[in-house]
Amino acid sequence: MTEHLVATRTAEPAPAGARVSLEGLVRTYGATRALDGFSLDIEPGEFVALLGPSGCGKTTALRVLAGFEQLDRGRVTVDGRDVGKISAQHRDMGMVFQSYSLFPNMNALNNVAFGLRMRHQHAAQRRQKAGELLELVGLSDQALKYPHQMSGGQQQRVALARALAIEPRVLLLDEPLSALDAKVRAELRDQIRQLQQRLAITTVFVTHDQEEALSMADRVCVMSAGRAEQTATPATLYSRPTTPFVAEFVGVSSRVPVEPTDGSVTLFGERCPVRPSDAGVPEGEVDALLRPEDVTITLDDTAKPFVTHKSFLGATTRVIIQVDGVAVRVDVRSDVAADIELGARVRPSVVSRDVLLARRAPTRSETVD
Amino acid sequence: MAALIPDVVEDALVTVEPPARRRWPRLRVWRAVVLFIAGAYFLIPIYAGLRFSFENDAGHLSLYAVRAIPSEPGFSAAFWLSMRLAVVTLALTLVLMVPTSVYVHLKFPRLRRLLDFVTILPIVIPPIVLILGVLRAAPLWLRASPYLLSLVYVILSMPFVYRSLDAGLSAIDLKTLVEASRSLGGNWFNTLWRVVVPNLRSALLSATVLTLALVLGEFTMASLDLWTTLPVWIYQFQQVDAHVSTAVSMVSLVGTWLLITLIVSLDRSQSRRARRRTNNS
Repeated sequence: MTEHLVATRTAEPAPAGARVSLEGLVRTYGATRALDGFSLDIEPGEFVALLGPSGCGKTTALRVLAGFEQLDRGRVTVDGRDVGKISAQHRDMGMVFQSYSLFPNMNALNNVAFGLRMRHQHAAQRRQKAGELLELVGLSDQALKYPHQMSGGQQQRVALARALAIEPRVLLLDEPLSALDAKVRAELRDQIRQLQQRLAITTVFVTHDQEEALSMADRVCVMSAGRAEQTATPATLYSRPTTPFVAEFVGVSSRVPVEPTDGSVTLFGERCPVRPSDAGVPEGEVDALLRPEDVTITLDDTAKPFVTHKSFLGATTRVIIQVDGVAVRVDVRSDVAADIELGARVRPSVVSRDVLLARRAPTRSETVD
Repeated sequence: MAALIPDVVEDALVTVEPPARRRWPRLRVWRAVVLFIAGAYFLIPIYAGLRFSFENDAGHLSLYAVRAIPSEPGFSAAFWLSMRLAVVTLALTLVLMVPTSVYVHLKFPRLRRLLDFVTILPIVIPPIVLILGVLRAAPLWLRASPYLLSLVYVILSMPFVYRSLDAGLSAIDLKTLVEASRSLGGNWFNTLWRVVVPNLRSALLSATVLTLALVLGEFTMASLDLWTTLPVWIYQFQQVDAHVSTAVSMVSLVGTWLLITLIVSLDRSQSRRARRRTNNS
């Protein structure tokens, strides 16, 4: 039955996925600019994650797309059609919320069938379809349970089935996993991604968890202060961040003070070219941002830098070395790290082909997670 | 463990008795006294009323007053008028207050304080002032109708109804439920009727009970507007036959109590049915 549903849904080209375009969105609340010229283009069937810290405007962008927030300026188009004047009720966008949003007075089956009822589908037809969707999320045995009788993970899966039941043009996920424990979160993360790929629905996923964003999305849009800092595939975002904010928000970076001359900097005694940045060349005192895997170390009793901490991470061990009063994180293969003692003198060197620069932070010697 | 505690402290720990053990019997006595006084305060007037209802003029036990109630002139009219006013008031109050409270919670949560203040005004303003003002301002056709009273009762019931609804709305995640319904294609009516109202059942029941109790017992306004509702009839008939009049007030008391019990038990049985449906599944 599940296969039949998926086959039917993927056979229809129109509702499978819509092209979404957000152009120069501006939304202010009093003196606060939640969105400040935010733009993003999403391809049909694409899974895009909006990633950023609290207050960066990612949820506002999602709510604007859903029709729950009015824009001060900007345009939202779905398949080329401006939806600014269309109410949330008529936008055909399925949404899964952060808080448990199932209707407490309805059982799981009726919750899933609610959208179909609003579309005046025949009772038998909507019961059958709701049953199929519950089977799709693996909860057909919970059909007659009420929300308070289900776990958080089950409730979010029913909410997902409910959002999919209306065959939405766009699926909107507003931090749906944040209230769940780690194990359930990982399971549901995989399930959402698999379903999205099978049904090929254009999906926008809001999260502040970089692991979630990088593991689930086709592309990730990192947001800061109401704007898109960088939109790229997870691999590009991690390995080639174009702004200091992205470099520090996604993954781990260490800051090392440098003095740029002629488009390059001297790091650990070696010359490295400076990576072009969307934020431009920073002025004044600057730091180089280094990923733990951008640096290697070799034991050398004559070198000044020395090891201060070691954290075992599995295949690799994170070693923190002190270089001229600055802490630098270095990932070393665990079998190699076993021979490195705390306090051992090491010689660092840079392995990346170029480095990203950022204006010096007030507490420059601290590393950033 | 003992070695870690200094001797002085250990002695103190041993010699100090738990204070609750000594105070317990005295507390129990006071509790009984308070309960007795409160019980007497409520029950003595009811007992006196019941006893008077079951007595004849000679002071002997008799059922004549209770038996005479339905056939007394004006009783049926007053009874049905009170019932009609109760139903109309309840309908008007809920139709007016439910969407208003929901809208304020959703769109203007800051106005909740203002609404708190506004809805308390009917308690502060004496009913006599309110009804005289309304009688002066209302058009003649409305003054000629008993349902003018319903309009005023809506104002009187506002403090109780708003507070019940406010508590009910605060207990649910209204914004998310409404947005979920809207994103699934629900219009405002469907969202209110199928999503919000069913989750306010307890709040609506308490609002209903309070409104019914208020309307069925209101005397001042009905009397000044010259309509013979049940309380007005009881007062007027006292001069004809005090035993019958008191019997009616007792029946009215028991009737209201039964009505409230019925409404509350309906709520409970509905919850039980829902639970049983789920358990059977």
